[in-house]
Amino acid sequence: MKIKLDPQQKLDVEKVLEGLESYRPRRKGWTWRKRLPEQELGAFTYSQTSPSLAEGGSLPAAKYFGGIDPQPECTITSEIASGRFEDDLRRMRMAAWHGADHIMVIRTAGQSHFDGLIEGTPEGVGGVPISRKQIRATRKALDLIEDEVGRPINLHSYVSGVAGPEVAVLFAEEGVNGAHQDPQYNVLYRNVNMVRSFVDAAEAKTLMAGAGMAQIDGAHNANATAREAWKVMPELLVQHAINCAYSEGAGMPRELICLSTVPPTAPPAPALKLDLPYAAALRDLFAGYRMRAQMNTKYMESDTREVTVTHTLNVLLSRLTSADIQSTITPDEGRNVPWHFNSVHAVNTAKQALVGLDGLREMVGIKKDGYLGSKARELKERAVLFLEEILSAGGYFEAVNAGFFVDSGCYPERNGDGISRLPEAGVGAGSAVPRDEDYFAPVCGHFGHNNLPAEAKRKACDGIEGCTLCRPEKIQYIDELDEEDNASQRLEANRPFRRELIKPEVEWAGDGIVQVTMFLPAEQRTAEAAALEIAKKMNLEEAEIIHRQVMHPAEGTLLELKGRVPFAIDPAGLVLPPEEKLLSAEEIRQDLASEEFRLVAATVGEDEHSVGLREIIDIKHGGIEGLGFKPHYLGTSVPVNKVVDAAMETGAQAILISTIITHADIHRIQMRRLHELCVEKGIRNKVILVCGGTQINDEMARECGLDAGFGRGAKGIQVATFLVQKRREMAQKG
Amino acid sequence: MARTDDFAARRKELAGLSDEQLKERFWQLAREVAEPLLELAKTHTSPSIERSVLLRMGFSSLESQAIAAKCLEHGLLGKGAGHVVWRISRLKGIPLREAGLGLAGDKYWDEAKAWFAGRQRE
Repeated sequence: MKIKLDPQQKLDVEKVLEGLESYRPRRKGWTWRKRLPEQELGAFTYSQTSPSLAEGGSLPAAKYFGGIDPQPECTITSEIASGRFEDDLRRMRMAAWHGADHIMVIRTAGQSHFDGLIEGTPEGVGGVPISRKQIRATRKALDLIEDEVGRPINLHSYVSGVAGPEVAVLFAEEGVNGAHQDPQYNVLYRNVNMVRSFVDAAEAKTLMAGAGMAQIDGAHNANATAREAWKVMPELLVQHAINCAYSEGAGMPRELICLSTVPPTAPPAPALKLDLPYAAALRDLFAGYRMRAQMNTKYMESDTREVTVTHTLNVLLSRLTSADIQSTITPDEGRNVPWHFNSVHAVNTAKQALVGLDGLREMVGIKKDGYLGSKARELKERAVLFLEEILSAGGYFEAVNAGFFVDSGCYPERNGDGISRLPEAGVGAGSAVPRDEDYFAPVCGHFGHNNLPAEAKRKACDGIEGCTLCRPEKIQYIDELDEEDNASQRLEANRPFRRELIKPEVEWAGDGIVQVTMFLPAEQRTAEAAALEIAKKMNLEEAEIIHRQVMHPAEGTLLELKGRVPFAIDPAGLVLPPEEKLLSAEEIRQDLASEEFRLVAATVGEDEHSVGLREIIDIKHGGIEGLGFKPHYLGTSVPVNKVVDAAMETGAQAILISTIITHADIHRIQMRRLHELCVEKGIRNKVILVCGGTQINDEMARECGLDAGFGRGAKGIQVATFLVQKRREMAQKG
Repeated sequence: MARTDDFAARRKELAGLSDEQLKERFWQLAREVAEPLLELAKTHTSPSIERSVLLRMGFSSLESQAIAAKCLEHGLLGKGAGHVVWRISRLKGIPLREAGLGLAGDKYWDEAKAWFAGRQRE
């Protein structure tokens, strides 16, 4: 069934899962954004952007710039995998709406040791089980989402572990657009047997190249693993080079080979002093390859503010050097499995910083002489020496065996704490077998020796009348293997929370999780215990502190908690206040340009509060003065009769009073008095009366005879909208 | 192995190289490291590669698993699991899928082994 997304309607996940057995991807291969060297958007000309989205969410500050939403020229990644792929589809839509066009699905823990393909949609841990059904449904949902935002979206996952070639076939068949593939990752971090890993990798890379998939390597993991991440920089260059040379040897074109590079350090280290020479050296050595700039995860703790600053510096580095793909890490990755809104925050951190740094290299250059140049040269030399020693040790396997890799020393320094693997050990050891002379594989996308029979000389798959890569109708689709652990069962269980009811959600439909931020004026340990007690009294279940930060050892502690609410809200029972429609600043200015709007304003009675009223009036605070009103401010503690006199003297069309003190109902008395005085003086039908204050609301002000009331948090634009509309209404009535 | 940073001594041989020469050397060495690994991959196969071939021939993951496991068991993985299926299909005059499902169900192995043994003697 053909479905089209309506931005006002939720994604119908059940519908996405229908008819998957006959779904085919609409295209294969990676899509880069179209780079526009010059683009005019709003009042500005951009140097590093791509075409805008058909629909999407702009940055909050965009409202001051005509709502523009410039899209950087590089791909932006969002890593999404909560363990339930059907819930991730909605998050993918949110991320794409804000500017992600590369959706990276993390695999469930343990899949790299699964010797074969997973089928069906079981729940995952720390990621999702990658299966044909999961990939098909995700690609199908992304087809809908890319139509909604008007930009191609790349789907990405991992071709590693002991089933790499099979996963690569699956991805090539199902239109997955990019994947991680690096045999070194298997060897070093997954303890997959070295021989098996490299033998499998060549087949996987050939398949990926055939399907036009972009490849991302695994070098960045050395950053995250080494004790002092900045010391592995020479090794990172070596790891990138081995995977690049191996990939090209397996037939992968250079423009599909992306280096996964992470700024190795973070403040309080002098981050750019270390990261920039490295980034420059990398881009010098690897010119022609693509750069996937990842954000630092090594030095992430639970402070989302700190993380965001580090990630912004990472984007600065991307702009100072280059990035084809700007990856994002959610600000909460240091405290939990990423939450929906943090995925969006991460995308926006990248978009905001990239756009803010637009055209940087046109104004600022990298000084290659001096410190940066010599540091970059040093790193390259260290890397060359590293490669030389690999060869003199007898090759890659011997070097790994001797613990060359992920040693915390800056090569040639060695601390003897590297990861060591034996060629005859690890998962899948001894499983690679020599191909016989008459070895034959009657399929396309195959690497290495293949003794093709006479009838298969044009294409390897001629002898079988086409392989699935040429004839996708031959693909065998398995829906589910487990009757209980599958997406349909989970969707059935959480259906009410996706349709009829509203429950907070951070990860999975109906998970009920909320976050509470509080400052407690107590030392840390006491504050933590008190915070959990507060959560209990708030009826939060399974409350847990996810961030604690000492503001001062004695004065207090900042705490962030998460917990579950044990209820849902039925929106049918909600009473929504009428929607407030604000006029645009432009419309108000035009109205006031054609007819002046004078008003008097004062805090009345014996009341010295001035802040609220000044916020509404002053140009400096975004008040109505800036929109063209002519306010006459009388000050504080002004008697109501003086205000009315001033209005008559100046011919004001409106009176704005402010009253904060409510003792003995004085605020109501002042409002009534204003109305009555205006009636007495015969000006009530000519002047608009408005009152504001922290304890005032519209209903109360009208009860007291005024035209409108504004409470806490009111903005100048709201008051201005009311005044202009009221004046129009009065003019119509004559 | 622990070693103090002797970069200053080791770099002497590289000091005279221009940036361009250093870069050439870097890539020359990287290719030398990769070359024997690629050679290994050209001449070897694995259960996963063979299952991936069977997938491409139109078998499901479960069917591929069964066929490849039996190829390994009968010592025929080095011929190519797809090759075994293709050969049985031709020998028996049956469709590929029928041959593969038969092999997965423990049929035709004696014929397969005999054929491959005979051919090797030729």
